[in-house]
Amino acid sequence: MRRAKINKIIKFSNVDGPGNRMSIFFQGCNYNCLYCHNPETINRCNSCGACVDSCPAGALCIVDSKVCWDKKLCVECDLCTEICMRNSSPKTMDYSMEELLEEIKKVSGFIRGITVSGGEATLNYKFITELFKEVKKMGLTTFVDTNGSLDLREDIYSEFIRATDKFMVDMKVWDEKAHIDLTNIDNLIVKKNIEFLGVLGKLYEVRTVIVPEFLDNLETVSEVSRLIGGINSKNQSGEDIIYKLIKYRQVGVRKEILDEKLLEISSPRDEMMEELSKLARSNGVEKVIII
Amino acid sequence: MMSILDIIKDTNITFEQRVLGLARAAENSLDVLKMTDYVKEYREAGIICDLFEGNAPYRPRYILPDYDKFIKEGCEFLNIAPPTDIWEATNNLLMFYKHVPSITTMPVYIGNIDYLLEKFVTDENEEESYRAIKLFLKHIDTTITDSFCHANIGPRETKAGMLILKAMRELELPTPNLTLKYSKETTDRLAIESINTALVTAKPSFAKDSMYREDFGGNEYGIVSCYNGLEVGGGAHTLVRVRLGRLAKKAINKSDFMERVLPELAHEMLGYIDERIRFILEESVFFKVNFLVAEGFIEKEKFTGLFGMVGLAECVNHLMELEGNSGRFGNNDLANKLGEEIVKALTKILKDHKCKYFDREEKKHLLHSQVGIETDAGESPGCRIPIGEEPEIFEHIVQASPFHKYFASGIGDIYSFDETYKKNPQAILDIINGGFNMGLRFFSMYGNDCDVVRVTGYLVKKSEMEKLDQGKVVLRDTTILGKGARDNGRVLERKLRKK
Ligand code: SF4
Ligand code: SF4
Repeated sequence: MRRAKINKIIKFSNVDGPGNRMSIFFQGCNYNCLYCHNPETINRCNSCGACVDSCPAGALCIVDSKVCWDKKLCVECDLCTEICMRNSSPKTMDYSMEELLEEIKKVSGFIRGITVSGGEATLNYKFITELFKEVKKMGLTTFVDTNGSLDLREDIYSEFIRATDKFMVDMKVWDEKAHIDLTNIDNLIVKKNIEFLGVLGKLYEVRTVIVPEFLDNLETVSEVSRLIGGINSKNQSGEDIIYKLIKYRQVGVRKEILDEKLLEISSPRDEMMEELSKLARSNGVEKVIII
Repeated sequence: MMSILDIIKDTNITFEQRVLGLARAAENSLDVLKMTDYVKEYREAGIICDLFEGNAPYRPRYILPDYDKFIKEGCEFLNIAPPTDIWEATNNLLMFYKHVPSITTMPVYIGNIDYLLEKFVTDENEEESYRAIKLFLKHIDTTITDSFCHANIGPRETKAGMLILKAMRELELPTPNLTLKYSKETTDRLAIESINTALVTAKPSFAKDSMYREDFGGNEYGIVSCYNGLEVGGGAHTLVRVRLGRLAKKAINKSDFMERVLPELAHEMLGYIDERIRFILEESVFFKVNFLVAEGFIEKEKFTGLFGMVGLAECVNHLMELEGNSGRFGNNDLANKLGEEIVKALTKILKDHKCKYFDREEKKHLLHSQVGIETDAGESPGCRIPIGEEPEIFEHIVQASPFHKYFASGIGDIYSFDETYKKNPQAILDIINGGFNMGLRFFSMYGNDCDVVRVTGYLVKKSEMEKLDQGKVVLRDTTILGKGARDNGRVLERKLRKK
């Protein structure tokens, strides 16, 4: 029986696709972005035990040399994830397919679909493919939020793509070197994926976090919107791809790995966001959303 | 009660509020209602409470005139002919409203205003209609200075309805309150427009139309005052309520409460409700002389009495403690079940009670989940979970929905949403649809960042409460009530629904 490590589940989310959705966050990521807002989702816990004593609620303990978490006792203070040096969390849950479907069933009357996110959800694509097939039987839509780093054009992903209604892809920065600096990996595949999914009609939105002074936001927005605009103009189905511009916020960012400069950066001003949005529109993106 | 001189000297009230206060004081100088010793004692103790209805009721508490008839036929007594355009239609209604009494002296129901105005709105005169509607709403807010005044729209989408929503978003006024009757007939466009409006100005609420229709036997109904469902062409003579939290203290254990304390209270309270109705029908002359009755805008047979209740949560929590259980209402299955048991028991007693002033055998008093008043410290509204203890929205809806079927005349929870929902109102519609499928009949929401907020059922402006804090006179008396609820009931600390 397949199982998956889940970092958390948000029963009602209004920012992960159309309507009200259940968001499922998988544990584990192949990026390690400097400004990651959920660093505790990056790696799997190795049960080193370092966080156990830090818990003020007694929600953590070691059983059979494995770290265990008692959800009922936890007060969500996040001290454990702050202490963890591995960018992990002791609070992950191990779900079987059946258990996860059970959770979805409970709220199915209130949502129009589910969105898998991360960490990096696509690393679990086999599990997700099976999950999605069942979820579709409930009349719900299936969305994937991804960093776009796996080459989805490869044959092994075809079934996964068929089971997915729409993808939401992060495009962090256009310049290749800057992308490697930020994530450790280049972004050629991401660009290919955007084109590939867009032409397939499977791309719901592209997302870019705007970090003033630190990244070349202008270049990224300009190039990405040109790419999206190009796909939109070929698109016959009428459903335009959304370009979501996200304001950088310091909340959750790991202070210790940011250099002085990034620490000083504040959120972009509204005028800057508006200008970038105007630029995207002029490049043929009808739906630009600022959050 | 304030002395007459206190009312005359009060620096915090307007002239109209002063006149109303003096009338109340006059009424309360009488002692004409027959009361049993039990009712007297429990009234004194604040367990039975008639919400300042007064000692000599000389008009029904809530009146729902048949405005449809008025638009079609005009009114002889007021010498008003049927309107021929949007200006006459809005003006006629405004004139008529001034003559619709209620417990607050101002109308608590002003009709399905979109349907009333729709035939005067065309594609050609849309701009003019919008101006007329905006003036109409502004006029209501300034002259009916009490947010218990309630309008309805829907379920069908109309041009007038869309203009009303747009005007309300633009005006951001607390009065009139608004409810959308929501059904399969309602377009997504109207529903989304309503949600967008509610996130700006805390209205409309959503009422599940099919559920009300069934409860009112297919007769026309309206949502009035806070969220009371009542028959159009009728209304409610009176609303008396019990504070269940205080009542629970009279019991030695749970079974004593269920078998002795609660039934005894219910019977006594029903007797008191009937006595108030007797006075209205037999001694006061409202139904004998008022033009609304004479011209058939209302009929005595369509009126009912309301049996209100507050503090179910505190009642349950106390009984749980008496039984040695730590579970609390809203977050524990056993406690929630006990809450439903109590409501069920009341429903049964109301059903078995026959009010001798109703002509029809089937006519019954209706149960109302009352939202409380500004002085209700320590007692939660109706069947609501105490503020601050609310579970996550999904669990909250699951918890609340079993209660809604018992309250034809109104029950509701209020959900406050953060600003991110403005970008995705569809998400709220999904939640409303889910809630209605689960059994909810009424859903209210507001955006946490707005000036107009929903207090318990009615609306106030935060900015006006601040004015009152500084000792300034404000126009609407509901602002005073709102400030009380804010200070005593922590209503602005309602759990925020984030993503
Ligand atoms: S968040 Fe972590 S440290 Fe805090 S109570 Fe929960 S398990 Fe313990
Ligand atoms: S969460 Fe981190 S600190 Fe805690 S046991 Fe796992 S790896 Fe160690």
